[in-house]
Amino acid sequence: METKDKKGMDRREFLKRLGAGAAVSVAALAGCDPKNNPVTGDRSVEGEVPTDKMTYRMNPTTGDRVSLLGYGCMRWPQLSAPAADGNVADQEAVNRLVDYAIAHGVNYFDTAPVYVQGFSEKTTGIALKRYPRDRFFIATKMSNFSNPTRENSLAMYRKSFADLQVDYIDYYLLHSVGGGGMENFSRRYLDNGVLDFLLREREAGRIRNLGFSYHGDVKVFDYLLSRQDEYKWDFVQIQLNYVDWKHAKEVNTKNTDAEYLYGELQKRGIPAVIMEPLLGGRLSKVPDHIGTRLKQRRPASSVASWAFRFAGSFPGVLTVLSGMTYMEHLQDNLRTYSPLEPLTEDDKGFLEETAQLMLRYPTIPCNDCQYCMPCPYGLDIPGILLHFNKCVNEGNVPASSQDANYRQARRAFLVGYDRSVPRLRQAARCIGCSQCVPHCPQNIDIPAQMQRIDGFVEDLKQGREF
Amino acid sequence: MLRRIRIALAVVCFSSITLLFLDFTGTLHAWFGWLAKIQLLPAVLAVNLGIVAALVVLTLLFGRVYCSVICPLGVMQDGFGWLGKRRKKYRYSYSPAVSWLRYGMLGVLVIAIIVGSGWLVALLAPYSAYGRIAQNLFAPLWQWGNNGIAYLAERMDSYAFYSVDVWMKSAAVFGVAALTFVILGVLAWRNGRTYCNTVCPVGTVLGMMSRFSFLKPMIDESKCNGCGLCARSCKASCIDPKAHRIDYSRCVACMDCIGACRQEAIRYGRQKKRPTVDVSEGKADVSRRRFLSGVGLVALTAAAKAQEKKVDGGLAVIVDKKIPDRRTPLVPPGAQGLKNMTAHCTGCQLCVSVCPNGVLRPSSKLATLMQPEVSYERGYCRPECVKCSEVCPAGAILPVTVADKSAVQIGHAVWIRENCVPLTDGVECGNCARHCPTGAITMVGSDPEAEDSPKVPVVNIERCIGCGACENLCPARPFSAIYVEGHERHRIV
Repeated sequence: METKDKKGMDRREFLKRLGAGAAVSVAALAGCDPKNNPVTGDRSVEGEVPTDKMTYRMNPTTGDRVSLLGYGCMRWPQLSAPAADGNVADQEAVNRLVDYAIAHGVNYFDTAPVYVQGFSEKTTGIALKRYPRDRFFIATKMSNFSNPTRENSLAMYRKSFADLQVDYIDYYLLHSVGGGGMENFSRRYLDNGVLDFLLREREAGRIRNLGFSYHGDVKVFDYLLSRQDEYKWDFVQIQLNYVDWKHAKEVNTKNTDAEYLYGELQKRGIPAVIMEPLLGGRLSKVPDHIGTRLKQRRPASSVASWAFRFAGSFPGVLTVLSGMTYMEHLQDNLRTYSPLEPLTEDDKGFLEETAQLMLRYPTIPCNDCQYCMPCPYGLDIPGILLHFNKCVNEGNVPASSQDANYRQARRAFLVGYDRSVPRLRQAARCIGCSQCVPHCPQNIDIPAQMQRIDGFVEDLKQGREF
Repeated sequence: MLRRIRIALAVVCFSSITLLFLDFTGTLHAWFGWLAKIQLLPAVLAVNLGIVAALVVLTLLFGRVYCSVICPLGVMQDGFGWLGKRRKKYRYSYSPAVSWLRYGMLGVLVIAIIVGSGWLVALLAPYSAYGRIAQNLFAPLWQWGNNGIAYLAERMDSYAFYSVDVWMKSAAVFGVAALTFVILGVLAWRNGRTYCNTVCPVGTVLGMMSRFSFLKPMIDESKCNGCGLCARSCKASCIDPKAHRIDYSRCVACMDCIGACRQEAIRYGRQKKRPTVDVSEGKADVSRRRFLSGVGLVALTAAAKAQEKKVDGGLAVIVDKKIPDRRTPLVPPGAQGLKNMTAHCTGCQLCVSVCPNGVLRPSSKLATLMQPEVSYERGYCRPECVKCSEVCPAGAILPVTVADKSAVQIGHAVWIRENCVPLTDGVECGNCARHCPTGAITMVGSDPEAEDSPKVPVVNIERCIGCGACENLCPARPFSAIYVEGHERHRIV
């Protein structure tokens, strides 16, 4: 596979030279034919993705040289129907993405036993097995949410090694601590002795770095850092982006500003791994006028690149994770970090203004992580929330039935709703059993949101005045 | 010229009526809805005297132009005939009337109406036969076409088209429609209007009047050279060229013979002297009947994907809902009850084709065969919709307003303890109560003694209107934990 990749590189190189040659002749003719623009004749405006310009950060404990762009393995492309072994991930497409990422300097891969309907580790393992073990760092997690017995937790830990086909794990995390408060933390890691077990595994060298990913109750975060002398966390994974930096509470009262979280880690010299730099895409799929504003300031950069530059500009950040399903997203992020152009103070101020604008749009803070799924009653929860957010951003959620574009927005909302989510999986089907609620790392009150959206849909369908 | 006018009008009427059955958005009814209402049998059943009188006058003036222009089943047969004619021109021939069959069928219809045998009426009514064909055979093609366009629209980010469900509403009725289509197709392709002049009771009634119509085609014996071209081009097989006689009870005033005559011996006009309408009674060599047959169709069920453990993502399998065993069938608001429905419905399927919620479907039961029936596995009778009541031409579903509808009780909800998810799954629910448009459902503790016992629904059947929101939105599958039992007579609550 590696040789195949090299071949690819050669071909690319060949094409580049060919293109350069052509560009010379094109340039000579440019005056005659407006179609052969000399600027775009030999390369796209966006340019080649550099292979050797990636920004790296040093892990102070192990000396790992980690790429600033980390690959989140939660959103691997999926097959339309599962493969023979039940795997829903599109292995071929995953291999392609992994090859491209590694060829362009990415070396950090973050997965978990529960991702991609439980197939992420296996798929990621197969893709990485084709490379020497020292070419990449693997991060995975203890996702013992539903069954925190010691037996089940240890089985999950061992299965990660088997699925990933490795004999050590570079970065191991206690998955999503903070949800359910200290009580849940004790249940998952202290009472069953799993944390002690993992500390011993680190001593034994099977875990090179031990850390935790944090969402929710800040008491757990503070508690774990207060015991730093004992636990010696090698890294901590937090949610950081230009909205959550100062406004996490405004998005979700249960969240904590990233400024605080990052500050606490900095005080103790613990490197931060960043998740949700894009808020599950909500910082790339922004309302039109916000997107325009960002593009106006840097026309050649994508909307998403602002969020990545924001997260990458903090020196204490080890890597920024992005769950890239599409090659185009991978390429865009590679460009942003090859190399990173840190934000200026001006840029930071500009993003803070942008964040304040964003807050005026009442999107639901769903990051499409799918932790809530599958809903036992068949709903497509993220599908419903994302459709609602899309309509908010596109101005198709009329604030009142008297709005000027009411009829058009109504149709767009309702027709789009049926397209995005099959009727049997729509919000009207939510019975409010609340089984999803503890799974949501963003603490969204999913049943309340479902009923709110359903009420809105009924208003539209019945043509009620509101 | 007359023929051209007839064809033009027929094409307009036929395509408009067909569109009524194809249009699932309900917008065309505002324009062409009247075309369904001027159909004779529905008008008779709706006791729409104005329209019946107008049609009688029309026939007495011009002959059976109704059959050539207004009746979609007749025009459809002309279409088949036209296809046949492309293969071989002048292929019809005179045949004597089969009066015993014609009047027999008429008698059957009258008796069927009197004894309230709805399915027989529905089977004999020509407009309804066409409705079934359009609804069962043409509408799916139209909808698939629409879905194809909607698929493209979605990719172009346009909301102009949306996708609709295409589903088999009743296998039995589909079978009837398909059989009617094939039999009529073959008959018309070979022999023109055989059905209209042997079976169709509407044709027979109109024939009784058209004998005395003011204007009719006439053969000028002085010009006629007896070539018989007129008879060979007569799809009604009603011209006896040797006797220079036209059986006006069977003539559908298509005007084809006028153009066919090279001697210009046939003209359409006033009769100077009354000719004898003595039609020789031949023996019925052709007796055609349509038989009923149910066509069993294999329903496709979606392939199920199994889930082993709690992991992130994926969708739970949704089991299809099954139709509960309703003691009393449900008919839509406006129908006033089962009796009115049976007495008036001709089974034309117009209401079924416009129902946007997948609620109406033709009944497969013999007693009410082809008449609409309400069920809630695919959707429920939504509060903002009164489409079926707007389109019914036969007075089987009378017009109701959205406001009226919210107070018409067509049935009442019945709770089934064994299926209720707070008890079976131990989770909170209340989806029925949350969606009840009349607030007839309250959630109460399942154990009156224990305050924190799981909450289950109680139904105030005085407020329940039977819309089925509770049944449809109930999470219990395949049978809901709450279902609607029909009422024989609707009442206002």
